[in-house]
Amino acid sequence: MNPSEIEKLANLARLKINEETIEQTAKSITEVLSLVDQLKAAETEGASPMAHPLDAVQRMRADVVSEANQREAFQKIAPATENGLYLVPKVID
Amino acid sequence: MEWETVIGLEVHVQLATQTKIFSGSSIAFGAEPNTQACAIDLAMPGTLPVANEQAFRYATMFGLAVDAEIGKRSVFERKNYFYPDLPKGYQTTQLEEPIVGPGNVDILLSSGEQKRVRIHHAHLEEDAGKSVHEGASLGFSQAMSGIDLNRAGTPLIEVVTEPDMRNAEEAVAFARKLHSIVTSLGICDGEMSQGSMRFDVNISVRLKGGELGTRTETKNLNSFRFMERCIEQEVERQIEVLEEGGTITQETRLYDGDTHTARAMRSKEEANDYRYFPCPDLLPVILDDDYIEQVRSTLPELPDARQKRFEETYSLSAYDAGTLSADAAVASYFEATAKASGDAKLAANWLMGELSAKLNAEEIAIGGSKVSAEHLAGLIARIKDQTISNKIAKQVFEAMWNGEGDADSIIDAKGLKQVSDSGALEKMVDEVMSNNPSQVDNYRKADEKKRPKMLGFFVGQIMKASNGQANPQQLNEILKNKLDAE
Repeated sequence: MNPSEIEKLANLARLKINEETIEQTAKSITEVLSLVDQLKAAETEGASPMAHPLDAVQRMRADVVSEANQREAFQKIAPATENGLYLVPKVID
Repeated sequence: MEWETVIGLEVHVQLATQTKIFSGSSIAFGAEPNTQACAIDLAMPGTLPVANEQAFRYATMFGLAVDAEIGKRSVFERKNYFYPDLPKGYQTTQLEEPIVGPGNVDILLSSGEQKRVRIHHAHLEEDAGKSVHEGASLGFSQAMSGIDLNRAGTPLIEVVTEPDMRNAEEAVAFARKLHSIVTSLGICDGEMSQGSMRFDVNISVRLKGGELGTRTETKNLNSFRFMERCIEQEVERQIEVLEEGGTITQETRLYDGDTHTARAMRSKEEANDYRYFPCPDLLPVILDDDYIEQVRSTLPELPDARQKRFEETYSLSAYDAGTLSADAAVASYFEATAKASGDAKLAANWLMGELSAKLNAEEIAIGGSKVSAEHLAGLIARIKDQTISNKIAKQVFEAMWNGEGDADSIIDAKGLKQVSDSGALEKMVDEVMSNNPSQVDNYRKADEKKRPKMLGFFVGQIMKASNGQANPQQLNEILKNKLDAE
């Protein structure tokens, strides 16, 4: 991993990474990846990719409304609300 | 240079379930902001999704309707990106193993040609919330955006086509057909203005037979008319850029229905920037053959089959049958009218003529028609038995639309009954002839070939005198006899 890849990943994950520590972060992540690389040695011929570690199947629920309106409780812990809306710094793309 | 347009569509179809795909919150339209957003929808720590069976059933119905293979094992993945209307920081969607595999939809073009559009796949996913930017009118600072999470978690299927369409007409025909299929299945309410179906259009142009050009994607079109205009404009723009020696930038564009213009939104993120991975909170969904067959047995009549039946049962043209069968509600209104009146052809004409003109003018769906199928059938019956002429029928229809009652009571109340009494008609003819001696003279001197046209003058006078109530066939006959007799 080079520093520019780290910067890109940090941006995608919305993480702030210190200029001075980028080199160090790149080195650490590269080390982690080399550990993961060892897994590549495993024989996977004929094994289908696993979507989930549990050998189980998704349960379903019936299509019935089960949730009551709790807006007041949720908005009590929100930093800012108005007219029933949650407020966030303006975003327009 | 001859250019060829290549169009592929991604269509978001909102499923007509009662609740969200992973929570028991209602998805009813028009609720107060955030009153239908529970702890799961808000991504509160510790919450876990539970899948809604109805969403899978609807997706399966769609797959069967487009002749696709149903993914017996489907897996949910996380598509990671940050946006305030997505509290979890990822959208739960499907990528590698979608619920609906390759299928196809046949469309009919105005040339009469039938064309097959291939479906690449369709997958289940959740919708995001909505951002509101009009702070001034809602009492918050212009520096802020308001977030309504009622829509977050609403079940969607995203239908992805192959790039099989070559112009706006084909794309719109496909979109209409898809609308017809999902509303006939009852898996989507089809209310485009409420966002129940949203179209993303991928457009590129290339020299005929050449390699595929760079495409742009215009997002969130929610009307067939916008879609047509948007495609025409974008094709024109791309050709202009290329002919001037420029290159097309791969970008996402946003269409504004008010100004009918599109603008670049953001350069398209690479697929792998979303860092998809299987969602650890959801296990694979397994649908067995019994389940799929059980769903198949519940499929209602689909538009293609209904069109064929209309052609055969009611002797309608392919065009009329196609128009009347596309929408399930229109189809059932037509059938009710045809059966009650005993005249399918007249029922078809009235539905596609007067009635649809009224519905369009007042922008209401057939379900809200102010003239019921029963009342329209009553009117048609009176045309058939010659109680009233077609012209008077339009007057009666207008009165029915304004809530003045059924055809019979309006005809009675307004005295609109057609005059078919030959004695009375003869009297009218005599009167008009004696009042217009010079016209009679001209007619009698005129060439045989010119006479039918000249007859119109007398018919017009009598219709005027009788308020349009003279039986036109009978009147013509009497007039001709008297005028030709000398």
